[in-house]
Amino acid sequence: MIPEPWAPVVNAVIYLLLAPVVGGLIAGIDRKVTARMQGRVGPPLLQPFYDVGKLFEKENLVVTTTQNFYVLSYLVFMAVSGALFFSGGDMLLVIFAFTLSHIFLVLGAYASYSPYSHVGAERELIQIIAYEPMIIMTAVGMYMVTTSFYVGTIVQSAIPIVLYLPGVFIGYLIVLTIKLRKSPFDLSTSHHAHQELVKGVTTDFAGPNLAKLEIAHWYEYVFLLGVVYLFFAWNPLLAIAAIIIAYFLEILIDNTTSRVKWQMTLRSAWLVAGTLGIINLGVLYYLRMVVVP
Amino acid sequence: MTYLAKSPWIVHYDGSSCNGCDIEVLAALTPIYDVERFGIVNTGNPKHADIFLVTGSVNEKNREIVKNTYDQMPEPKVVVAIGICAATGGIFRECYNVMGGIDKVIPVDVYVPGCAARPESIIDGVVQALGILEAKRKAMNENAGAAAKPAGDAR
Repeated sequence: MIPEPWAPVVNAVIYLLLAPVVGGLIAGIDRKVTARMQGRVGPPLLQPFYDVGKLFEKENLVVTTTQNFYVLSYLVFMAVSGALFFSGGDMLLVIFAFTLSHIFLVLGAYASYSPYSHVGAERELIQIIAYEPMIIMTAVGMYMVTTSFYVGTIVQSAIPIVLYLPGVFIGYLIVLTIKLRKSPFDLSTSHHAHQELVKGVTTDFAGPNLAKLEIAHWYEYVFLLGVVYLFFAWNPLLAIAAIIIAYFLEILIDNTTSRVKWQMTLRSAWLVAGTLGIINLGVLYYLRMVVVP
Repeated sequence: MTYLAKSPWIVHYDGSSCNGCDIEVLAALTPIYDVERFGIVNTGNPKHADIFLVTGSVNEKNREIVKNTYDQMPEPKVVVAIGICAATGGIFRECYNVMGGIDKVIPVDVYVPGCAARPESIIDGVVQALGILEAKRKAMNENAGAAAKPAGDAR
């Protein structure tokens, strides 16, 4: 057995090694299911790995060399935030590292001179502003239920968290659409080919830099679905089922809606955070403080 | 390492095509042909693309755009000229503003004839281009090993 003090480190290392594999498979399943929904056969399951392998074979074409630094920072901080999460670290610290990694992506897009890249960067910022309140509320909600910000404590608690936080959970699923870059909120860039604004925030990243961006997305997928797991942590089987259903819903929404304007994205994300999130937390606060002191 | 042949991404540019060939290019993406089966994605971005599909002839207005798009693609890259206009200028060859086929401006690797080119022949042309792409990658790696400078850069 692994000695107790080493368990978080081992978890973090397992995450760093396996998350790209799992994330890539999720991306592959995503593309396959999307193709089936559109009446197509779709690419092989391992297509995302072929894509990244190919991108590493290409020339690293950059507008300014600072882009290399920003993309690497995006990847590193995404991996760090996921590793903190899976090692049972502080949720708030995880969220800070997570936001920081996206700021690096925005800076990378601003470092080039392409107007498409700049518009993509602006939209990425708007998306960060849109989803951040709900993500923070998720952490606060989990604290109110389990009295801990530590993922290690939350995951071991026997409390059915989702029953206390139904509003927060639905709100989280809605901002998950933004985070997974799914339609209708795929403003800054889309996984679907040939959308408007060339390729938004990824326009000026080519070859190995784009590959690093993809790997960062894979880390991100695993981390975001890990948060879904936390809501159902008292029952691992139910949690896995919830993750599968949540992701399937995201693909369904992606294929049945068209992209909305940024105002609508901001409004709907904040409306959800402001109603479902605040009411859920308010009721919880009332029950804790007034009904059961 | 043959990832390049498993994931060719395409950027499509309509020179002065009548739109016949363009519709056939897009037809290759529809459920009937579904080229995504082979990992082919139609990106709108030359910086993400490996294969440059050009339809229609080159004229005085778009020669800069064709050249610029080609220059923005990272190595290794191939160009496929779709349809007879892209190959030679076609029936527009004698027009006062038309320069001729795409090869007047950028090096073309595969010519797909037809007016309009059939989706089957477009897919066949792209598959042939994959072989050339792989050969270019090998040449690029050998050059990089020999002279430690990016290959295919003629400047």
